[in-house]
Amino acid sequence: MSVGMYYGIWITLLILTGVTAGVSFIDLGPFNTIVALVIATFKALLVVLFFMHVKYASEKLTKTVIIAAIFWLMLLLGLSLTDYLSRNLL
Amino acid sequence: MSDTSVAVETHESEQEHLALRHHFVTVEQQRNSSHLAMWLFLATEVMFFGGMFCAYLIYRIWFYAEFAAGSRSLDITLGTINTAVLICSSLTVALGVRAAQMGKRKLLVVLLLLTLVLGLAFLGIKGVEWYAKYTEHHIPGSTFNVSDLVQDYPTLHIDPRHEQIFFSLYFAMTGMHAIHMIVGVGLFLYLTYKAWKGTYGPEYYTPIEIGGLYWHFVDIIWIYLFPLLYLIDRKPLH
Repeated sequence: MSVGMYYGIWITLLILTGVTAGVSFIDLGPFNTIVALVIATFKALLVVLFFMHVKYASEKLTKTVIIAAIFWLMLLLGLSLTDYLSRNLL
Repeated sequence: MSDTSVAVETHESEQEHLALRHHFVTVEQQRNSSHLAMWLFLATEVMFFGGMFCAYLIYRIWFYAEFAAGSRSLDITLGTINTAVLICSSLTVALGVRAAQMGKRKLLVVLLLLTLVLGLAFLGIKGVEWYAKYTEHHIPGSTFNVSDLVQDYPTLHIDPRHEQIFFSLYFAMTGMHAIHMIVGVGLFLYLTYKAWKGTYGPEYYTPIEIGGLYWHFVDIIWIYLFPLLYLIDRKPLH
């Protein structure tokens, strides 16, 4: 990766941080949370793929471990959501 | 490599020896093993923080009003600055790996020191924020008092027990993140010392890469903590 690319990713991350904070003051109803999380996920992807060099990783097993960890997290959060969003337990 | 004589090994540079230990076949295999091991550890860290994120998720669904009110009491300016501080530290780490790759020892040390300064700045700002919570009586316990949260919102009804849960999660999650930052600072103090001594170069810079992976991961955790804790509901009052 060239130095320029590192700085480009860095500036993008900073701009997205500002956007996240700024958008939170605009009333988007339920989409405030979604927008914030989508931006956060995009920032995390930039860090994982470029700063952590996963985009250039040659070892497939490493990429499998990363995808497996994310998949596990989605199971935990997603399946918990199916329960707690669909029932009123309180 | 297994039939390399002892006489030849003593002439190898320290880096080449570290780059290919006797139980690996190629340099690339050793590097890939180190990276895989760190990613496996980071996968366990995803599970570790994931549990707290799941607890946050459920309680936020149940007690949204209290979560929103608690979120509003956090300093969004300091939170945004801290996010920027960590992003800058990730840049210095990534440039540091590149400096090691290119054999630029002094540049590597400067970048590692910058990373340390930024990491300590983050912890300092966190301390300021926590102290603010202390003076505002938002720390769960006998002194907990959230009457200040409803001052601008006359129709808002807050159950202090539910509000305590928000702040418990706030301190648990930012506290656990801060502990990881402190560990990271310790790791990077060690890496800076070894880098200054010239241990790392184009042949061998794996510890810098691995330390970098850990640091980036802690940054990613904060990238999610920031919107989830600070930006729940910042809509201006009508």
